[in-house]
Formats: sequence, C-alpha cells, structure tokens
Amino acid sequence: MQPSEPKAIEVTDLTVAYQDKPVLWDIDLDVPPGVLLSIVGPNGAGKTTLIKAILGLVRPAAGNVLIYDKPYDAQRRIVGYVPQRGSVDWDFPTNVLDVVMMGRYGALGWVRRPGKKEHELAMQALEKVGMEAYTTRQISQLSGGQQQRVFLARALVQDATVYLMDEPFQGVDATTERAIVTLLQEFRANGKTVVVVHHDLQTVTDYFDWVMLLNIRRIASGPVDETFTPDNLRETYGGRIAFMK
Amino acid sequence: MLQGHFDIQLIAIVTAVACALPGVFLVLRRMTLMSDAISHAILPGIVLAFFLTESLSSPLLILAAAGTGVLTVLFVELLQRTKLVKEDAAIGLTFPALFSIGVILISRFAGNVHLDMDAVLLGELAYAPLNRLKAFGYDLGPVSLYVMGTILVINVVFILLFYKELKLATFDASLAAALGFAPTLIHYGLMALVSVTTVGAFDAVGSILVVALIAGPPATAYLMTDKLSRMLILSAIIGSVNAVSGYWLASIFDVSIAGAIATTMLLIFGLVFLTVPNRGLIAIARRRTRQKWEFAQTMLVIHLFNHEGLPEAEAESAVAHLHEHLSWNPDFTTQVVKYALNNRYVSRKETQLTLTEHGRAIAQQALVQ
Repeated sequence: MQPSEPKAIEVTDLTVAYQDKPVLWDIDLDVPPGVLLSIVGPNGAGKTTLIKAILGLVRPAAGNVLIYDKPYDAQRRIVGYVPQRGSVDWDFPTNVLDVVMMGRYGALGWVRRPGKKEHELAMQALEKVGMEAYTTRQISQLSGGQQQRVFLARALVQDATVYLMDEPFQGVDATTERAIVTLLQEFRANGKTVVVVHHDLQTVTDYFDWVMLLNIRRIASGPVDETFTPDNLRETYGGRIAFMK
Repeated sequence: MLQGHFDIQLIAIVTAVACALPGVFLVLRRMTLMSDAISHAILPGIVLAFFLTESLSSPLLILAAAGTGVLTVLFVELLQRTKLVKEDAAIGLTFPALFSIGVILISRFAGNVHLDMDAVLLGELAYAPLNRLKAFGYDLGPVSLYVMGTILVINVVFILLFYKELKLATFDASLAAALGFAPTLIHYGLMALVSVTTVGAFDAVGSILVVALIAGPPATAYLMTDKLSRMLILSAIIGSVNAVSGYWLASIFDVSIAGAIATTMLLIFGLVFLTVPNRGLIAIARRRTRQKWEFAQTMLVIHLFNHEGLPEAEAESAVAHLHEHLSWNPDFTTQVVKYALNNRYVSRKETQLTLTEHGRAIAQQALVQ
C-alpha cells in the first residue's frame, strides 16, 4: 500500500461471533482523523460489540483493528472510552469527583494513586460539562443526564486522541444533550476523532459528519451527505423506516 | 486465665478485620455467596494438605486451601459460561461437591487424628491460645495469632497497593479492561485472598460462620457511608467490635464463641439497618409518613384552589363535607385540615376553609411542576 493519509481507526475483515452465531460479519471500516462518526443500526446490529472489539474487550473470531497503524494494546493511552451508562452500579460508594479521576488511572499506571494534578484535571473536566457544583455528590443521587455528563468528564480527563462512546445520548435531558454536542464540536475543532453509537436517526445529520450504517455487516460508511441515504437506510433497517424525505 | 481471655479476643479481632477487608469488595461485587462457596469448598484442600503435613497450622495448608478456593471460583465460572446453568445454581452445585469430598476424606482416613468435623464447621476459638509458638524456650504467643496476623498484613498490603485497581475493576470492569488493568487478574487475586483468609479464619470460627465475618461488617458499613475508603475502615471497626462483644456474650452465657460472634454480627447489622440516618428502616418509615401528610395537604390546597371564587366554592370548602368531596376517611380529613391550619396553608371561618397566600402559592407551585 502507498503511504496514504493516516487512519485514526482501521478495522479490516472483523468478525465477532458468540459460539457460531455471528454478531459482526467481516466488517471493514476506515475512520479518518478528526471526524465525528456515528454508528447507527437496529437493535442487535452489533454496534456495541463493534466498539468493544475496537477496544479489545471482545475477542474477534477473525480480522484486525488498528488505531493510528498500531494495535490497541500499544495505543491505550490515546483512546478514551465512554461505556453505556447502565453498565455500572451507580450505588457504588463513591462521589462524582472520584469517578471522574478514574479517567486518569490509565496514565497513572499500576499502584500509583491520583494526586493534586488529577484532582485539578477532574475539576476542569467537570466545569466543561457543567457539573462543577456536584463534585462531592454521591453518584446514586444523580439524574440519568448528570450520570452521563460524569462519564463524559471522565473521558475528557483521559485526554485521548480517539474517543469511543456507547449511546451517550440514550435517555438524557436537553441540557445534557447540548453539553454532549458542544463537547463533540470541541473535539472536532481540536482534531480528535470520535466514534459514537447512536440511536436517533433524526439528529445524525445535525451532530455528525460521518456515519456508518451497520446491521451485522457493514451496509455503508462515509460522509453523512453521501452515505445517509434512504436506500442505505432501507437496506439497514429493512422496510421499517418511514421518516426520511 | 486472664492471658487466655486476652489472646482469644486478640485472635478474634485480627480474624474479623482480616475477613472484613476483602469482604468489602465481595459485597460490592455481589459475590458474598462466593465466599460461602469458597469457605466450604476449600475443605478437601485442607484435608489433603493436613495428611501431608499432619499439622493444622502449616503454611502448606493455607496454600492448598487457597488453590482449592480459586479452583472453586473457576469451576463456578466455567459452569456459568456454558449458559446451561445460572450463577446461583453453579455455586450450589460446585461447593457441596468439593465439600463432600473433604467430608468423605475426613471420615475415611482421619478418624483417629486431630481433625474432626466439629472443628471444621464451628472452629475452636477457645482452644486457639493453647497451641503456642515457642522459640529458645520463650513463649511467643498463640500460633493462630501469627497465622491470622500474617494474613491480615497480606490483605492490608494488597488492598493498599491495589486500592485504585480494585475500585475501578469493581465499579467499571470494562473501563478497567480498556485501560489495561486486567480485571480478570484482579478478580482472581481477590479470590485467592478470600481463600487464604477463609482457611486462616476457619480455625477460629469454622467454615460456616466465616461468611458472617466476611459479609456482615461490610454489609453494615455499606449502609453507613458513601465512600469506599470509609467503608473499609468502618468494616474493620465493626468487625472488631463484633469480635469482642461476641466473645463476652459467649463468656457470660457460656456458649460457643463462634456462634456468639455470628449472632452479635446479626444484632449489629440489625441495629444499623434500623437506625442509620437517611437510609435506615426507621428513617425511611418516618420520611414516608411525612411525605404522606405533606402530599395530603397539597391535595387539599389544590382542591380549594381549583374551586376558589367559583359558585360551588362554598360547598367544596365546607369542613364538614370535605371528606365526601375528596373521598377521604373523615378522621384522616380532620387530621389533614389540622396540619394545614398549623402550617397556615388555610384559615378557617366558621364552617369554611379558605386558602392563605402561602397556601395558594403552594397550590400554584404544585400545579406547575
């Protein structure tokens, strides 16, 4: 291959299966640096699995993932992850600031404890998502949107180059939705690459500049205006889509 | 026997604290049943190592038990991963199988040696000080104190070193994995710790009651704090209080020390469960009652507000007939009106209730929400 433009994420021939049931079939995906990419597709399309496979959290049956030309293990420090809000126990005995500081654990490495610097970074991140008034709040006392903003702040302090977010817009209030969109735009302005699992087709064109349509296999991926077409959507969702012009 | 009193209590405290610390993470990971399984399943490991060493306090015993403990967790997880058996059933299948192997080994081969079922099941804290460590003719104290003390130090060092990793892997295992902290390794490390602790503690409290020491103090501390570090410290304190009070209960009533310790654990948990501020049962009941009366008063002011200034207002706000309009029990209605009068939401003119400014504001506010 020619030394073409670098790719932030390069997925080639990725198949993930649980026993013999494929969840992702032979996925190819190139994400150029600095784009906001949304992954859309029906329930059970494998959106979360794709993100987890990129992060090495599920073992692929075949295929390969590269982040800036290297395997994920070598690039951990430049990748930020926002899991689904429902994936953790919000009754865990800890507060907002503490959860945000967890984003620095990767940079700290084994055994070293967070200190003053981590504290400051966490405070800055909380200000950015409008949660600075809640630093000592026990996490079980947050609303769904506030929980999501805490997760975003935690990803912010990772200071990553590539971000992977799993359904950040799921069930959040309008304030949180605006906070996420502002943050996404800021990421793009700083040349960061963001991949977001998304479920709301109405907002894809407003919030993202790239889109991947996924339903076990990749239907299409590319710039929104070329890719987000009625034909592609019909292929992704079957006949069950009516809103498109 | 003053020395005996002191030694037993010291051993009980060290054991309780050593159990409570890893117990915190088991409670938070919803794995306390696993400690039950481990505490039983390590029996064959203990028995086999006992045959080899002929001693109940050999370090080999502890290593063998730790190995069996980790094996138990592995078996449970393998069974679970087939998706043919759920976690609770997998635990229920694994530990009786291993435990029964231990029981058979004891009954078949250990009939005439010092390893009997009572000791395994209930422990023998009262005899613990009799087995003493001696060197150069000096008495250095009970052996089990050294065993449990070492285990306690191991637990404290492990948790201090890997506090951050344990916290992250417990709260958010997928982020821990993404950041490269190997949650599986941490998981099995913790399970090995629990196994080692259990085998050390079984000498003191037996394999059944050790679960009370592992689950009780952390479950109690969980109700008292919102901070992991404080939960660890509180668990240790509760475990110690529990050990000492259990010991004295046993002395006074001349009953099994292990039984008394487990019973006090339950009493302490019950006390905290009922009385802890904000989330205790009593606080919850109080809050519910208060909310009930507050809500009833809000309903009353909204009712008056909706009919205010309308032709039917006189009928709708007559004290004697309020309960008919609202379909409330008359006594309940009288009580609500009394509270509303006290709070100055309403004022009474002969038979009629009218809203005060304050009451009107409350009604408007409630309707906006």
